[in-house]
This record gives sequence, structure tokens and C-alpha cells, in this order.
Amino acid sequence: MIKVGIPRGLFYFYYYPLWKTFFENLGAEVVTSSETNNKIVSQGIDIAVDETCFPVKVYYGHVNQLCNENIDYIFIPRIVSVELRSYICPKFMGIPDMIRASFNNLPYVIDITIDLSRNNKELKKEIIKVGQLFTSNKKAINNAYQNAIIEQKRFNQISKEGYTLDEAIKLWEGLKIKLNTKNDLKIGVFGHGYSIYDQAISMNIINKLREMECQAYIPEMLDKKIIEKEASTLPKRVFWTIGRKMVGGALHMDKRTDIDGIIYVSCFGCGPDSIVGEVIERKVKNKPFMLITVDEHTGEAGLVTRLEAFCDMLRRRKSNNESNISAHG
Amino acid sequence: MKVTFPHMGNSYIAIKALLKGLKLEVVVPPPISNKTYELGVKNSPEFACLPLKLNMGNFIEALDQGADTIVMAGGWGPCRFGYYAQVERDILRDLGYDFDIYILESPDSKLTELILQLKDLGQNVSLAEALKALRFAWIKLKAVEQMEKKLEYYLPRSLDKDKTEKIYEKSLKDIDDANNKREINQILKSSIKQIESIECTNDKILKVGLIGEIYTILEPASNVNIVKTLGRLGVEITRSTYLTDWINDHILGGYIKKSNHKNIIKCAKPYVNYWVGGHGRETIGYAVHFAKQKYDGLIQIGPLTCMPEIVAQSILGKVGEEKEIPHMTIYFDEQSGSAGINTRLEAFVDMIQRNDSFVLKEDAKSEILSWS
Ligand code: SF4
Repeated sequence: MIKVGIPRGLFYFYYYPLWKTFFENLGAEVVTSSETNNKIVSQGIDIAVDETCFPVKVYYGHVNQLCNENIDYIFIPRIVSVELRSYICPKFMGIPDMIRASFNNLPYVIDITIDLSRNNKELKKEIIKVGQLFTSNKKAINNAYQNAIIEQKRFNQISKEGYTLDEAIKLWEGLKIKLNTKNDLKIGVFGHGYSIYDQAISMNIINKLREMECQAYIPEMLDKKIIEKEASTLPKRVFWTIGRKMVGGALHMDKRTDIDGIIYVSCFGCGPDSIVGEVIERKVKNKPFMLITVDEHTGEAGLVTRLEAFCDMLRRRKSNNESNISAHG
Repeated sequence: MKVTFPHMGNSYIAIKALLKGLKLEVVVPPPISNKTYELGVKNSPEFACLPLKLNMGNFIEALDQGADTIVMAGGWGPCRFGYYAQVERDILRDLGYDFDIYILESPDSKLTELILQLKDLGQNVSLAEALKALRFAWIKLKAVEQMEKKLEYYLPRSLDKDKTEKIYEKSLKDIDDANNKREINQILKSSIKQIESIECTNDKILKVGLIGEIYTILEPASNVNIVKTLGRLGVEITRSTYLTDWINDHILGGYIKKSNHKNIIKCAKPYVNYWVGGHGRETIGYAVHFAKQKYDGLIQIGPLTCMPEIVAQSILGKVGEEKEIPHMTIYFDEQSGSAGINTRLEAFVDMIQRNDSFVLKEDAKSEILSWS
């Protein structure tokens, strides 16, 4: 069977179900790299240029692992834009070229270009081009893609229920996960999905919060309309898709009475984060806000201390508020 | 209304002429100094890139000198630049400054829109007056660039480098002061004559292509004045970005002069096969272009964390290897001290010099062999 490798980084967290279904429907076997571990991180750091952001370095590590596996293709899409007049990040636009220039033992790269910034005319052509690597039957390709979209929707539905994208992928694949629902704090947690839901990059921040009996309230749980509505209150549209989701989500949570605080996890060296983090910090006025910057040198202990301090503060605040209310009421 | 705008190299000369032509009072920010750096760094998001910080410094200094209106360009991504003005406005307002801001949201859209935006900005100017102002600004821009190119060519060659620089500086000042086209032509004629009359070395001059992000390439204060530093080390620089070309390619749709842009995009293949924002693809395109023209080396520059340039940097190694051209990448931020960077530049020049003499020797050897 033809084997297609999909590195477990960057777009993986957002679109894995789509691409996995598509390739499997075309008769291929899909292979992923393992969850990010120290070896993947250190190899990524070795191969990528120093100045690039942590998630891209980690992605290099995943590609490297797959290169040593027996696969026929490696899937490295060029995701320029997934909606009108918006982008993800220049690095997403250049990633197949960057990878090609940095490895010399790469399997054949499938590098479909997805650019919906102006229209989606090209998308169909690109999908057929990829499908034709496996079959010449255009109808089969179309069917595979339709099925893929159905599966992606199912996955999106799961991720609305408070699971991280990483967990939602596992649930989508049939695994069972039970969330600890004992919590007294609700904290909005923002950041690029491939950072905060990658346990190595974010040092498992979501689970750490859960262990501290906080519910991590993530943007995937919000309705797209709500996000867009809040984001559109800015004088200029944020032209990074994920960035806009963060801004809109944070503004919305800032108004909600059930949210106790907001955390933004930014990656050191991330371009969009340096602006989006600033915008959110300025606009979040009602809730305690904490910006955490992570990179390959961030220590776990320091992170735990900061999270604990933040939670303590939120709890104190909460009990003060409650006693205030009862005093007056 | 007193208008200001951010610095970017010598472009202030043309922008000032343009705004004056629109009958506006202009406050040019003081040249970028340590103080500009300090103000900018102190009042910008920590991880923003250097151009944003220097913009902030420019604005604060200009507002303190009485400016009450800022003109700034915008854009629609994916590079951060498109969102600068938004962040800058909010920070300045929070600092307590009272000002208006005009954001020209059109670097990639239509010229006609831009002209209309400019006309609106002006104080009761007719369309004809706005066009006249634009034309005069363009003439100044071209003149300035001509002098920049002369400096790039003559500084490494001239035996009296101080004098060469002085003539250049003086010519800029005169162009800035000039009131009409005739004056500009006279200034050009006499400055060029002076620069060309300085005695030159007969040594072979090393040629280096300077590639990378537009602001860092155009603003000497953001790049430890790399053109002059290298010129004094006897290296001739050719840049990937000249402002008149950039305007011709991106705003005028190649209307005014023949454009090399398509060729550069072609050169970037197969290394960069799509637009990657900013000038990432052009950086690689020019790397290949300069390599084809047998340049001795490439220096890529950009602000630290510049995304399109990181894409390009990740690919430049492969280009260098396949096209056999030495290269280095330098990123600038507020911590880049000129001492450290000068050392790196000297080492690089040393290296390409040795490389070059090595090639010469090889040539000499084959000559001897063919004679024997
Ligand atoms: S958005 Fe930020 S973290 Fe993601 S690839 Fe771009 S620079 Fe890296």
C-alpha cells in the first residue's frame, strides 16, 4: 500500500482528519510522526535556522522522523490562506520550500497550495492534482474529498466540547478521553493551536491548568459568528486567520461573567503573536490577563509557578467579589 | 495642520516635497539617533520588529516638535507591517498624544486610489496640483537614488573616502532644498562631476549583493550603515531594493520603466515557488540573480524575527551551495551593536577576498598550462 506521511505539527492540529480521510479514501495508508518528544525537538532545533519560531523548529523535527520511515510521500501543504483576505503566516506559505532546502533524504513531497485569499477557484484543481497521484478517476477523487469534508466537520464538532484539538483528533479516531470536570475557575486560554495543544511546545499548559482545577476555556468552543462579531469591533480587520480568532475570542471572554481570567500563550519569535498579543493585552480590560512566552528554553518549573500564582490571584479575587456581593445583598 | 511621517532612508526628501506640494506644513522627524531608538524601544511591544520601534521613535520626536498629524502606510498582510499603524496609533493615544492619523491603505492596490487619498489629505488642492506634487517628489526621489548609486560605486574605489561621502551628503541636502527640476539637474550634474573626479584605486573591487527586507535595506540607521561600512572596506554593494523600482513594480504596475521583477520571480524558482509575504521571494530571486552575475558574495539583512526573511534564510543556504556563492545573514534589533556587526562584516569580506584570490590562482594555473 502507498504510504503517506503527515508530520504531527503546524496544520496537523487543525486539518488532520480532513487529509487523513482524503488519503485513506484514495487507498493510501497514512503514517504520522510520534507526539513531540525531546528527540524531535532537538533534531528540529539542529536542522532549522536559529531565528525561526519554536513551532516551525518542532515541525522540522517531525519531518526528520518521517524521513527515516519507509514512506512513499510526505504531505507538506502550502497553506497560504483558508479564507478571503486573510493569511496564516508567511512561514506557512514557505514551509514546503524551506523543508526542501533543508533535507536531502526527503520522500516525494506533496505540496498542494491552498490559497483562498481571493477566491477558491484553484482549490479544486489542486485537490485533483494530489488525487491523481493515487488514481486517475476524478470521480473517486471528488468522493474522497467530500468524505474528507464530512469527517472534518465531525472533528470540528468534537472540538467544540472543550477538548483540545489534540484530544479531539484522538476522539475522532475512536479513543476515549474523560475530562476532569471538577473545577472552580474558568480561564480563557489562547495561542496558536499547534503551540498550545502540542504538549511539548506549551509544556502541557492545558492539562496543568486542569490539574489546578481550572477549566481551560479555548477558542474552539466558541461559535465562529461570535468571534467574528467581536473581532469586527476593531478599526482594522486582523488579517491573520488564527490571530483574528484569538482577538475576537478574547474580547468576547472579556465580557463574560463566567470567565475568571485570560491567558495568552505566545511563541518567542512569532511575528503575528507579537502584534496580536499586544492588541489583546490592550483591549482586555475587565479580566486579569497573563501573557506567557514559550520557547525551547522555557523551564517547566517556572511555568508552573506562574500558573499557580495566577490561579491563586483569581481565586482571591473571586472570593472577594463574592463576599462583596453578599455584603450588599 | 502639521504633518509628519516615518523615516525610511532618504525617502524623507521626496515625501517632504510631496506633502509640501499638497500645501501642508511638514515636520520631518529628526534623523534617527540613539534617542529615537530609546523612545521607540521603550514604547513599543517588546517582540515587535525593529521598524515598528523606530517608527514609534520618529513619531514621538515629531509630535514633541509640534506635529499634529501622522501619515503612515498600511497593508493587508501577511507581514506585520500592515498592522503597524493600528498599534502605533493606540500606543501614542495611550501616551496622551493628541493627533490625527492618515493611513494610506494602498501599497498594493490602485494608483488612482492613492492619488485620490493624497488629494484628500491636501489642503484644498486640485487634482492637477496633487499630480504636480507627485511628479516633483518622483523627480527628487530619482535624483537621490542616482546619488546613492554613485556612492555605492565610488566609495569603495575612491582614494579619498571622506571627501566622497561629503560630496554625497551635500548633494542630498541640496536636492532637499531644491525648488524645481532645473535646480535638481544642476545639482546632479555638478555633484556627479565632483565625485567622479576623485582619484580611484586600480585594485579589483569585490562586489556584494545586499538582499533582504525593504526597510532594513533602505534605512542606514537600522543597518549600522552597511553600505558605507562595506564601501570603506573596499566592497561595492548592489541592493535588491531601490525605492523607484519598488514603486514602479508595486504601485505603478511597471508603468514608468522596464521592470526586472518578473525575471527575479523566475530566478527564485525552484527554491521559492510562491509568494511568501514581504520580500522573501525577491530575496531568493536576487540571490540567484547576483550569483548568475558572478558577484563575490551575498549579505541578507532584515529585522530580527522578520517572517518572510526567515523563510528566505532557511533556503539561502541551499542557493549558496548550489550556485557556489558565499553568503551571510544579519538580523538587526535594538541590541545589535555596530562593533559586533563590523567584526562580522570584516570577517566576511576577508573570506570572500581569499575565495576570490583562490579562483584567480586557479585561472592563472590553467593559463600557464595552456601556454605550456
Ligand atoms: S504564526 Fe508564529 S508560531 Fe506560527 S509559524 Fe508563524 S511565526 Fe511561527
